[in-house]
Amino acid sequence: MRILLTLLLMFFNLLSNANEIEMADVMRSNGKIYVVVSVLLTILIGLIVYLISIDRKLTRLEKELKQK
Amino acid sequence: MRNWWKVVTVILLIYTLIGGLLIEVPRQHILYESIRNLYFHVPMWFSMIFLFFMSTVNSVKELSKNDLEADTKAIELVNTGIVFGILGTITGSIWAKYTWGAWWTNDVKLNGSAITMLIYMAYLVLRASLEDEQKRARISAVYNIFAFVLLIVFIGILPRMTDSLHPGNGGNPGFNNYDLDNNMKLVFYPAVLAWILLGWWMYSLRLRKRKLQQDLSL
Repeated sequence: MRILLTLLLMFFNLLSNANEIEMADVMRSNGKIYVVVSVLLTILIGLIVYLISIDRKLTRLEKELKQK
Repeated sequence: MRNWWKVVTVILLIYTLIGGLLIEVPRQHILYESIRNLYFHVPMWFSMIFLFFMSTVNSVKELSKNDLEADTKAIELVNTGIVFGILGTITGSIWAKYTWGAWWTNDVKLNGSAITMLIYMAYLVLRASLEDEQKRARISAVYNIFAFVLLIVFIGILPRMTDSLHPGNGGNPGFNNYDLDNNMKLVFYPAVLAWILLGWWMYSLRLRKRKLQQDLSL
């Protein structure tokens, strides 16, 4: 009976191990995921600023052309 | 404030990035954290399809009203759409490498999207080969409508008819059946809107640049 119980426990232990899915928990627990977030945000904001500057340049050119 | 939608685009994009990286996602074998790619890879294709669809609408307008401005819109919509298609292909390839184990598989969805990209690149070649403005507008409009029909066949229909590794096709259900939980929807839908709006913004800039060029050459 005791052997059976031990085997059953071992089986459950294996099962729970198999169900453990590795995510970025370590990164989240030591806070480094936020480094990734801030790097990507910097890139995204940089690209948006670039887009806005092109937008403004075009608006300026359009106005100039209209005046002529 | 006629540029309000650009503000919305920026806010949604920032939300997509932060939420997409930090909000809880379902824990799944093989995918792991890469499930977050859904917020970035899939909207690339949605944006491409949206831009190509709007291009087709403009081609129909060109043919029915002989409107040359619609032709200009159609070409710039395709130009912008191709950028998103290329990004979708590259991101999909990277994702495939780390989940399916290969950069490219001979999957119907993958090959279908590759063929679609080639069809649209041929549209650009076709345009470049025609000198006469009127003729170019008409012929490329006809081709463009035909190209969108092929896009529906290659991306929308054929992948659903056979088995495919790619989610949403064949015997493999899409993310929205059970994988896409409410947390993910919270990011995914705004993400789709954000990337489509960004595509529209990029297109509007290209269109304005082309119009300026046209005005200057007159």
